[in-house]
Amino acid sequence: MILARIVGTVVATRKDPRLVSNKLLVARPMDPHGKAEGSYLVAVDTVDAGVGETVLIVSGSSARMAAGMKDCPVDAAIVGIIDTIEVATGD
Amino acid sequence: MQLARVIGDIVATCKDENLNGLKLLVLQPIAADGSASGRTLVAVDAAGAGIGETVFFVRGKEASFPFYPIEVPADAGIVGIVDHWDIEA
Repeated sequence: MILARIVGTVVATRKDPRLVSNKLLVARPMDPHGKAEGSYLVAVDTVDAGVGETVLIVSGSSARMAAGMKDCPVDAAIVGIIDTIEVATGD
Repeated sequence: MQLARVIGDIVATCKDENLNGLKLLVLQPIAADGSASGRTLVAVDAAGAGIGETVFFVRGKEASFPFYPIEVPADAGIVGIVDHWDIEA
């Protein structure tokens, strides 16, 4: 999984029927120290996250194992809202 | 599978219910000489690892297999703690 910060929302009227009523958010991956890395991605939200929050994103076929995502055409799902990150000193 | 060093842990109260009770650790993949190699990631722990240990982990859907039949939404999972490794080259 990766850490990311939510930076925006996506609205799409025409989409796969299995995506209807799912919230789509734009996320910016980050390292454990909060530094942005990599490019933006769109992830489906399963935990009621919002803009500005730090979240845990699961990618690939595992994203379909998130709650309510069975058989949905998704490859990134937000599965947790991060409270704290502890990183060992020196890393 | 890949070698990595555990460099941190994560607390998330609001999460997928199938992640409840599982430990989430921050991994830094490493090269054969132990140096950092590639981006950090978060993995579920199926081996009882802790910060500072060297582990090996699987990527993809296989990360959830240690918890079968629970469908854990994870794409990276720690499956072993490394005691030592040798490279002959």
